[in-house]
Amino acid sequence: MPKEPVAVVGIGQTKHVAARRDVSIAGLVREAALRALADAELTWADIDAVVIGKAPDFFEGVMMPELYLADALGAVGKPMLRVHTAGSVGGSTALVAANLVAARVHRTVLTLAFEKQSESNAMWGLSLPVPFQQPLLAGAGGFFAPHVRAYMRRTGAPDTIGSLVAYKDRRNALKNPYAHLHEHDLTLEKVQASPMLWDPIRYSETCPSSDGACAMILTDRAGADRAPRPAAWVHGGAMRSEPTLFAGKDFVSPQAGQDCAADVYRQAGITDPRREIDAVEMYVPFSWYEPMWLENLGFAEEGEGWKLTEAGATELDGDLPVNPSGGVLSTNPIGASGMIRFAEAALQVRGDAGEHQVEGARRALGHAYGGGAQFFSMWLVGDTPPAG
Amino acid sequence: MRPDREVAIVAFAQSDHRRRTDDLSEVEMVMPVLHEVQRQTGLKASDIGFTCSGSSDYLAGRAFSFTMALDGVGAWPPISESHVETDGAWALYEAWVKLLTGEADTALVYSYGKASPGSVRDVLTRQLDPYYLAPLWPDSVALAALQAQALVDAGDTDEPALAAIAARSRQDATANPHAQLRGARPQGDYTVQPLRTGDCPPIGDGAAAVILAVGDRARELCERPAWIRGMDHRIEAHSLGVRDLTDSPSTRLAAERAGAFERPVDTAELHAPFTSQEVVLRKALGLDGSVRVNPSGGALAANPVMAAGLIRLGEAAARIHRGESDRALAHATSGPCLQQNLVAVLEGENRA
Repeated sequence: MPKEPVAVVGIGQTKHVAARRDVSIAGLVREAALRALADAELTWADIDAVVIGKAPDFFEGVMMPELYLADALGAVGKPMLRVHTAGSVGGSTALVAANLVAARVHRTVLTLAFEKQSESNAMWGLSLPVPFQQPLLAGAGGFFAPHVRAYMRRTGAPDTIGSLVAYKDRRNALKNPYAHLHEHDLTLEKVQASPMLWDPIRYSETCPSSDGACAMILTDRAGADRAPRPAAWVHGGAMRSEPTLFAGKDFVSPQAGQDCAADVYRQAGITDPRREIDAVEMYVPFSWYEPMWLENLGFAEEGEGWKLTEAGATELDGDLPVNPSGGVLSTNPIGASGMIRFAEAALQVRGDAGEHQVEGARRALGHAYGGGAQFFSMWLVGDTPPAG
Repeated sequence: MRPDREVAIVAFAQSDHRRRTDDLSEVEMVMPVLHEVQRQTGLKASDIGFTCSGSSDYLAGRAFSFTMALDGVGAWPPISESHVETDGAWALYEAWVKLLTGEADTALVYSYGKASPGSVRDVLTRQLDPYYLAPLWPDSVALAALQAQALVDAGDTDEPALAAIAARSRQDATANPHAQLRGARPQGDYTVQPLRTGDCPPIGDGAAAVILAVGDRARELCERPAWIRGMDHRIEAHSLGVRDLTDSPSTRLAAERAGAFERPVDTAELHAPFTSQEVVLRKALGLDGSVRVNPSGGALAANPVMAAGLIRLGEAAARIHRGESDRALAHATSGPCLQQNLVAVLEGENRA
C-alpha cells in the first residue's frame, strides 16, 4: 500500500526571546502547542500521539524532560516519543512524526521542539570538557570557523559575503513577529564593524541564544480535508548522518548533506532545485553557511554559492529567497531551530507567512543540520497533495 | 497498532553486562554487538536501510554523546539515521515505523548505557519535574519503594513474594551468559523499606543491538523470524501524586493496542527493574502462572540503563528464533515508577 500523504494543518510558535522568565519549560511548550491547535481548529482530544525533540538535555538541566512534559502537552494516555539528533533534531522530530502518519500508525500527530537556553549557557554546554575534546574550542563557533575559512580559501569568495547574509537575515526578521532579534537600526556597516568572535565570524554574523518552541499538527488526507485553512503537503523528507571526524571528510560540503538533498528531490520529483523551489529555510547559524549550503543543496555549482548571495538572489524579493523568516541568525532556540525551518517552509506554501511571505511560493525546502556538520534532515513541502 | 507490512526481529546481540567498564569507551562497548548482529545476518553497514539508536547524555556526562557511538556504526558512505534520548526500545519503535512506511526494508537498532561512571540513583533524579520534585532529589530506589509500599498496603504483594521474584530471576539468569547477577543472592538489608538489596537491579554497563527486516527479506536473513504482530507505547502523568502506583494503565492500553490480549502468550519479557514492578506489570497484563516471565533473568539480573528495555525485545525475539516460544510479549519502561511503557507482541511461524 502506498504511503499516506502527510499534511501540515497547524503551526504555532512562541515569540522567541533571550529569556522567557515568565513561564516554566512546560508553559513554554504548551504555548506553542496551543497556538498550533488553534491554527488547525483542533483540541487535545484530536491528537493521537506526540513527538517531541530538543537538543542536549544539559541545556535546561532536565534529563529526558518529555517525561515531565507529558501532562503539559496533553500526552497522558497517548504515545509520546522523544527524538534527539543534535542540531538537526527539530527537523528529524517532524520527520519521525510525519512517518507515523505516512505509515498509518496514527492519523493526527502533534510534533513540537523547544529549547529554553536561558536555563543554562549553551555555548559552554556545547564545549565538551577534557578528556572528550581539546580545550579552548569555545562553542559551536569555534568548531565551525575553520570550515568557513576553508570555504573562503577554496572559492575565493570576498570577505564581505558573510556580512551580506547577516544583514539580509536580520532585516527579514523585522518582518517576522516571532523572530528573536529585531534590530531596527542595524546597517551593513555595523555588521562589518562588529567584533570578531571566531575569525572570520563576527558577532553580528552569529546566531543568538533564544528561548522558544515551535509546534506543528500533522495529519492524513482525511484530516486535511477537514482543516479550516490550506494545508502544506509533504512531498519528500529524509535524514542522513556521517561520522564527526574521519580522513577524507569534507567539512565545507559534507556528503551526508548532498545525499539527503538528493533523496528529498528524488521523492519530490525535483530535477532543477534552483528553478523549481520557490523558498528555502536553511539552517544558517553562522552567516557564511548560506553560500556553503547553497552549493551543498544543489542550488549553485561548487564554488558559486557566494555569487548568488552577492547578486541578491537570496533576498526576500530575489529569485531564490533564503530564510525569509530571518533564519537561525535571528532566532536560535537550538532544539527548535530545525523545526522552525520546517514550519516556516510550510507557512510559505500555505501563503500564511505574513509580511515575510514569498509571493506565489508553491514549493519550499526546510533544512536542518547538526553535530560536526554530520546530521542532516530536510523536507520539501508543497501547496498541493503529492502525486500518486 | 497492527501493521499491514510484516516486520520481524531477525537478529539480537548484547554485551556481557558488568558492574564497571572503565576499560571501554561507549564506542568500544557498542562495536562488538553491532558486529555480532551483522555476523548473524551477513549484512554490512551499507546494506542497512535505516539505523536508530537510544542513549542518554546524562549517563555519559556529556552533550551529544551519541555522536561518538555513531563512529562504531561505520556511517560512511552516509546513512539514513536517527536517535532517541531514551531506552533503545523506543529506537526500535521508530525503526519499525520507518519500515512500515516502505522507505526501508532493513533496520539496525542499538542502545547502550554506562551507569558506572556516576551515581545512577542520583542521576535519575534529574528526570523529575525540575521545579517541584527534582530539587528534593528523591532517588530512583526511594520512588520504587513508595510504589512497593503502596502494593503491600493494597494487599497485592508482601516481602516474601518479592523475595521469590528476586530468587526466580537470578536463578533463571544462570542460563544467561550475559547476565550480571547469575545465581542466588541474599535478599540483604533494606535499601529503602520495603525494598531490600535483592529487590533492586544491579548497577552496570552494557549494550545491545537488533536487526529488523520486512517480509521475505526477514525470511532470508533468519531461520525463524520473530514477527512483530503489534507494538504500542503510552505515557502516564508525571506527578506520582495523581497516579495509582499499584496499577499500570499505560501498559494495559499499550498491550491492548498491540493485540496482546487477543490470544495468550507463552512468554513475557518484562522490563521491571524492581521486584515490585513485576507485580504491577503482571497485574496490568493479566499474566497468570502459565506464562514464562523473564526467562533471561530480566532487569533484576542485568540492568544497563537505556538498553535494558531493548534487551527485553531482543530476549523475547531470541526465544522465538530458537523455537522456545511461539508467541511472546516484550515490554519496556521509562521514567519513574513505570511512567511510560511499551509493549510488543512477537510471534514465530511454523514452516511446512
